[in-house]
Amino acid sequence: MSSTLISNYFREANLPHIWCPGCSNGIVTRALVKAIDELGLDKNKVTVVSGIGCSSRAPGYLDFNTLHTTHGRALAFATGLKLANPDLEVIVITGDGDVSAIGGNHLIHAARRNINITTIVFNNNIYGMTGGQYSPTTPTHALGTTAPHGNIDKPFDITQLAAAAGATYAARTTSYHVNQLIKYIKKGIENKGFSLIEAASICPTYYGRKNKSGSAVKMMEFLRDNYIDIKAYDKLPDDKKIGKETMGEFKEITLPEYTDEYLRLIENLKGAEK
Amino acid sequence: MTAKDRKVIINKDWCKGCGICVAFCPKNVLALDHHDKIEVANRDACILCGQCELRCPDFAIWLGGEADE
Repeated sequence: MSSTLISNYFREANLPHIWCPGCSNGIVTRALVKAIDELGLDKNKVTVVSGIGCSSRAPGYLDFNTLHTTHGRALAFATGLKLANPDLEVIVITGDGDVSAIGGNHLIHAARRNINITTIVFNNNIYGMTGGQYSPTTPTHALGTTAPHGNIDKPFDITQLAAAAGATYAARTTSYHVNQLIKYIKKGIENKGFSLIEAASICPTYYGRKNKSGSAVKMMEFLRDNYIDIKAYDKLPDDKKIGKETMGEFKEITLPEYTDEYLRLIENLKGAEK
Repeated sequence: MTAKDRKVIINKDWCKGCGICVAFCPKNVLALDHHDKIEVANRDACILCGQCELRCPDFAIWLGGEADE
């Protein structure tokens, strides 16, 4: 028994999913499906690719063309898929560790090429699947099983990293702000080029317990109360910025798309033979 | 199915009792039962806003009609 949205787009036989109670991966996955539904995309023209991690399990539940690949390499597989089948709508589901540590180079080069792929990053600030190791987005001083005395690293801002590397659409919101997330995913899919949408997510089981963040509800309240739109954030006095995180659309521009350029090159070379 | 015919529907088998829908329901319609599963405690107060459906991580609650039950 499920809603029409779930029965239309999910492999219901695989539900309920295995994510922990209160994990926001289900919220973000449903938001992606809602965006696809609202855009009216043909299910058979949508391909969802993932790497390894908790969030990367999502394609197993989705009734599209799906590809579960190796750790960090979802964007590499997706690039091949898109170049071979430019008509497919290619969507990558990935986590913070998958996309910014193991697959960090794939991310910056997919962004640099501006290939028409939409990447959804489920950023829960930790490696949940393997037991709570700190990731490249774990905040400084936060705890992880591999940072028992506090993390001394500085975290990546994945959205700004993608924007700087060449993505033509880069936006961040949270798993609390679901309507905004659906809107950004729709804009990302519609953007002809590389799009990255980061969904700040919650991991009550590992990040939450390690850092005494409280229940899933408390962690959702944190997202609600501490994420501020970038335009409002810029106007805040410095003392009010402490502890706050930014969300919003960081980049939205138009540049030549990689698959188009590749096909144009082939056509030009064919012309040269005659 | 018109909007008026819709109502909150729950699949308790999929509910993991995280309480997110209870906490963010603007009209306090929902509660956890003695098994920590979601239930409709005050259906009359429901304004069919769908906030519960948006934020349920387990797809266990939604606005639907008779056909979805």
